[in-house]
Amino acid sequence: MILIGERINGMFRDIGRAIREGDKAPIQEWALKQVKAGADYLDLNVGPTAENPVEAMVWLVETAQEVTDTPLALDSTNYDAIEAGLERCKRPALINSVPADRPKLERVLPMAKKHGAAVIGLAMDAKGIPKNAENRLALAMEIVAAAMEFDIPLEDVFIDPLILPVNVAQDHAPEVLETIRQIPLLSNPAPKTVVGLSNVSQKCVNRSLVDRTFLAMAMAAGLSAAILNVCDDELVDTIATARIILNKDIYCDSYLKVYKGRGV
Amino acid sequence: MRNRMPVDVIKERYTTKVGEVTLGATKAEGGTRSHTITVGGDSTLPFLHFEGEVPNRPVIAMEVQDRVPEWSEVVKKPFADVIGDPAAWAAKCVKEYGADLIYLKLASADPELGDSSPEKCAETVKKVLGAVGVPLAVVGCGVDAKDNEVMPVVAEAAAGENLLLGVAKQENYKTLTAACMVHKHNIIAQSPIDINIAKQLNILISEMNLPLSRIVIDPSVGALGYGIEYTYSIMERMRLGALTGDRMLSMPVICAIGYEAGRAKEANAPVSEFPGWGDLAERAVMWEAMTAAAFLQAGGHIFVLRHPRSVELVKRSIDQLMRK
Repeated sequence: MILIGERINGMFRDIGRAIREGDKAPIQEWALKQVKAGADYLDLNVGPTAENPVEAMVWLVETAQEVTDTPLALDSTNYDAIEAGLERCKRPALINSVPADRPKLERVLPMAKKHGAAVIGLAMDAKGIPKNAENRLALAMEIVAAAMEFDIPLEDVFIDPLILPVNVAQDHAPEVLETIRQIPLLSNPAPKTVVGLSNVSQKCVNRSLVDRTFLAMAMAAGLSAAILNVCDDELVDTIATARIILNKDIYCDSYLKVYKGRGV
Repeated sequence: MRNRMPVDVIKERYTTKVGEVTLGATKAEGGTRSHTITVGGDSTLPFLHFEGEVPNRPVIAMEVQDRVPEWSEVVKKPFADVIGDPAAWAAKCVKEYGADLIYLKLASADPELGDSSPEKCAETVKKVLGAVGVPLAVVGCGVDAKDNEVMPVVAEAAAGENLLLGVAKQENYKTLTAACMVHKHNIIAQSPIDINIAKQLNILISEMNLPLSRIVIDPSVGALGYGIEYTYSIMERMRLGALTGDRMLSMPVICAIGYEAGRAKEANAPVSEFPGWGDLAERAVMWEAMTAAAFLQAGGHIFVLRHPRSVELVKRSIDQLMRK
């Protein structure tokens, strides 16, 4: 599982304030904390209220890179901000994200190619998120075809089937799981799959229980990556346990500790 | 005329490799060995030279005991002149039979087989060290309480020699691990044909701060006809783990072949009892050699053998497998 740490996001009050005031400390603290917890990528999102998203993204990239070499996931709908961030990234980044919408693919995929970045493709288009797995897969296929056209290695393409909160769109979860199961069949080599985990539990009770239950189910369906709270110990323990049950890691009594210490 | 179709050789690319362990120490390194021996370091499945590196050849450790063992006459015969003297026995293994290592079992420490004191055992180890230049593995008698008295004394007496000491088990690893830590030796971590326990024991030992580069896994081998396939598949799985990032299964592997093959019925039953089985002397040797040959293919690194003729056969097998 590729773990993308979600915490450096302007939606969180401490990060939003840090971005407004140019205070590096909270950014760097969360960067290191998430790296220690095993993040493979750090998601950077300037949040909806940043006055100048391009400048804010560049600042986030540089601030994070002052303390860690962990690759960054540049999270924005503002492609100028992503492009400016990519220019500053020392290691190949992950673009988060682009929908199956031709003008946007034409804007984003060439910059992914230029900077050797991986890219998250959303299984939605200008009309929105499909209701069923078939239509999600059709959009995923459009993204895969575009990636081939723009010469992006398919291993660098992450398809996000878009999970919705279970308290408002319960019928979507089985469709998302089915989509995850079928995405590897789209091409050879197969694209990867990713979910923004906390979306499944928005405004639910027992949020972290909902998150980790869905994650275990998605892993069983073949999920390759997730944007999540890597500092949630019970969530990480769930991943470690699911990896044992899926026979990805060899069991031993200390397997939770081994998984937590995998980066050390 | 036949048309030849070009075939692409498919190569796996692994992210990690088997760790290396170095045994023995020369004078410059604080010991008295004439040379050191390094095992492990493989970056592919056993002997796939086209795919990765097999930097160190598997080695043979010949087994010597500090009392006349209850082995079959076939196995004891070549050592008839030295079997009461572990130092002379060890010297013969190295000089005449080309042992890479000596594996000294302090069997006489067993309370029922002589109850030798820790000091006497340490003295035996010193004598064997004096008789040969190759690195040594030293294991206790197998009675945990007694080994916990003997091995720390042995470890201290041989400080600087960078021995391979055994055996640590899940129920009894702390004393030996501490002795290896303090006196800078390597440890044999033994599990009962159980990959999960093998991994757990390595974690427990490394949690006491003994570096992974000082651990050798003894997965407990089954002899030919006696569960050989269980250990074989565990060793395969360990190697795949080592090659795909499982650090806690990435150590070199020691196979105690002589002990297991030596107690198989086929290595002991006289031809008068089983006329169809053929000559016992040849059969006993072949049982040991064939068991070792299988574990060579499974990815073993150190082979503990008893009979000189099987040493010769296994060495020939290693030569062939190491040819690129």
